[in-house]
Amino acid sequence: MLRETLLRKLDHLIEFHGKARESVLPVLQDLQATYGYLGEETINEVARTFGISQTEVFSVASFYHFLNTKEKGKYVIRICRTISCELRDKANILRALESELGIRMGETTHDKKYSLDYANCMGMCDRGPSMMVNDDLYADLTPSKAVDIVLSYR
Amino acid sequence: MAELRITINGASYKALDGMTILDVCRREGIHIPTLCNHPDLQTRGICRICVVDVKGSKTLQAACSTPVEAGMVISTTTDRVRKSRKTIVELLLANHYTDCTVCPKNLNCELQSLANEFGLTDLRWKERRERTIPQDDSSPVFIRDNNKCVLCQRCVRACDEMQGVYAVANLFKGDSMIVGSAFNKPIGEVVCINCGQCVAHCPTGALSEKYCIEDIWKAIDDPKKVVVVQTAPAIRAALGEEFGYPAGTRVTGKMASALRTMGFDYVFDTQFAADLTIMEEGYELLGRLRSALTGGEAPALPMTTSCSPGWIKFQEHFFPELLPNVSTCKSPQQMFGAVVKSFWAGKMGIDPENIVCVSVMPCTAKKFESIRPEMARNGRPDVDYVLTTRELAVMIKQAGIDLHDMKNSTFDNPLGESTGAATIFAASGGVMEAALRTAYEVVTGREVPFKNLDISPVRGMDGVREASIKINGAQKDWSFLEGVELKVLVAHGTANAKKVMNAVREGTMAAHFIEIMTCPGGCLGGGGQPLPGTPEIRLARAKAIYEEDADSPLRKSHENPSVKKLYEDFLGAPNSHLAHELLHTHYTARGQY
Repeated sequence: MLRETLLRKLDHLIEFHGKARESVLPVLQDLQATYGYLGEETINEVARTFGISQTEVFSVASFYHFLNTKEKGKYVIRICRTISCELRDKANILRALESELGIRMGETTHDKKYSLDYANCMGMCDRGPSMMVNDDLYADLTPSKAVDIVLSYR
Repeated sequence: MAELRITINGASYKALDGMTILDVCRREGIHIPTLCNHPDLQTRGICRICVVDVKGSKTLQAACSTPVEAGMVISTTTDRVRKSRKTIVELLLANHYTDCTVCPKNLNCELQSLANEFGLTDLRWKERRERTIPQDDSSPVFIRDNNKCVLCQRCVRACDEMQGVYAVANLFKGDSMIVGSAFNKPIGEVVCINCGQCVAHCPTGALSEKYCIEDIWKAIDDPKKVVVVQTAPAIRAALGEEFGYPAGTRVTGKMASALRTMGFDYVFDTQFAADLTIMEEGYELLGRLRSALTGGEAPALPMTTSCSPGWIKFQEHFFPELLPNVSTCKSPQQMFGAVVKSFWAGKMGIDPENIVCVSVMPCTAKKFESIRPEMARNGRPDVDYVLTTRELAVMIKQAGIDLHDMKNSTFDNPLGESTGAATIFAASGGVMEAALRTAYEVVTGREVPFKNLDISPVRGMDGVREASIKINGAQKDWSFLEGVELKVLVAHGTANAKKVMNAVREGTMAAHFIEIMTCPGGCLGGGGQPLPGTPEIRLARAKAIYEEDADSPLRKSHENPSVKKLYEDFLGAPNSHLAHELLHTHYTARGQY
């Protein structure tokens, strides 16, 4: 990523969100939407722009499951890890996806297409197990349904 | 603040609106165990060990973070309180790598004390936590062992709130949460000023300074080596705490005897070099003022002090463009080393190669200062090893010495002679006071116009203090200073320094001379001092320091006979060519990102 492009983008975001400390989170969200993840360079520039420490920015970024501090695949599959989905056989969904994609939880496929991650509750407890692929939400999953959905993202 | 009444354990107490339950209990001597709470830091209410029963509340409330309300009925001893607190200790221990007998915090660990307080004889969660996370020893001065971390965030808060550095924070979340730095890099790879306030505020063995004890015993046992020790002013007012003396007990004479008994060949005093620092730094300030006021080359003003190595590194990272404002004087520790290995070695006819210069400092940043490449001459470091006050206490105990048994003795001469002006280097404002005592007298030929030489406006514990002193009756050489109101400022804690230096950067700072100390209360609250360190303990140490000054026969650095002799026999004059070569230094712009 070009530093100038990143800085220009940051300028726009600051113009919109402001430069107060509480604007760090929305700025990070928008940067993630653009770049897919928040790498070292991005976090450094955010820290410099806000005049705060990189450690503080990284602490925020690493706290949220929906912010990535490492490069992810084009499609990030997030499986609900909370108790109602667990009780409705989340484990088998995960197993099916792991074996289909050839990666383990937390990993990214070699072709950088898919990443597997956990997410906390998605609010679909009555229709679990549930998962998200990028911003799309899926519920009432079975292992084969989950695989079909994921493979429909090309 | 409105007054209200609350009931604790059946008795009625007065309280003020805005107080917490813990505040009232502390005032009334009602014991509440705490762990994440620290008087230096903002309340976070993380550990919950302080829970109490509040009538009408469904759940137990954390005493540290629950404000009192009129008519509140609190119980601190119920079965539910007792069981909850005990469970919290048990859960903390279940996730704590426990190797107490070989832990640097053994018998000085707040988690260990809690386990003792609750009389734990068995672990409910039997499986022992292993050392699953590698220790981070990348810092030049301390080790982080996250296997012992209880996530109380005291280090995080100290680094952010007190120091304004924010080198560590909570990373990740839930059961993956750890304390670490940006990108989970080792601390040695991020901006850290080595001040050790994280170490001083850690309740467990998760943070400890790097020991150099064994190296020093080895040097002492080596017959070829001449081992010279210097002790910083702050040690004499704190070392006693490690041996059960109340905070604020002066143990100067006993310490000198203990060091001699341990086998150090020469027991000297950093205070000698503190007096020397005042001469060099005082004349440097007057030189800058002369340039500024007589239309010479515009010097960098205000000038800031350079004794505190945490502050130096802070400046290098956060205000690199203001490095010309920092005095070029080395710190007393480094001046001492430079004098020992040049002047003293020559005088004694000892090859400097065989001299091992050990310093005892209240400070972890001094360990880093001593290994800076610019603090060496001909590849030979001025100071070879730096011990913290805590490490010295360990060594004294290892030698089988009880400080109580030691008779008072004095430091060796000539590098053990000092004045009260050097003693007060230990307290925030002390360097300023010492510098003013000398500079004012050099300029006017008269003593500073303060009763008993006590420049009280620069003393105290407020984070930033300002004072001014008008120069009347300047002598001929200094006529450019006649009628000038010398403005000075004192700050401690680098979070306060940041505010001050921002004003300097913006050009809104009127002061001529600024003293900055990294740690709360100055060196006496340093990261290497005995634990615990609280505002009360620091006040007691400060009192001892000012008493020692008041009791000193000489209280002005320029009256130190050995310093005068050093100039006569060796250095020539303050800021001479040789003085510059040995006693002054330069800094490294490091930046922040």
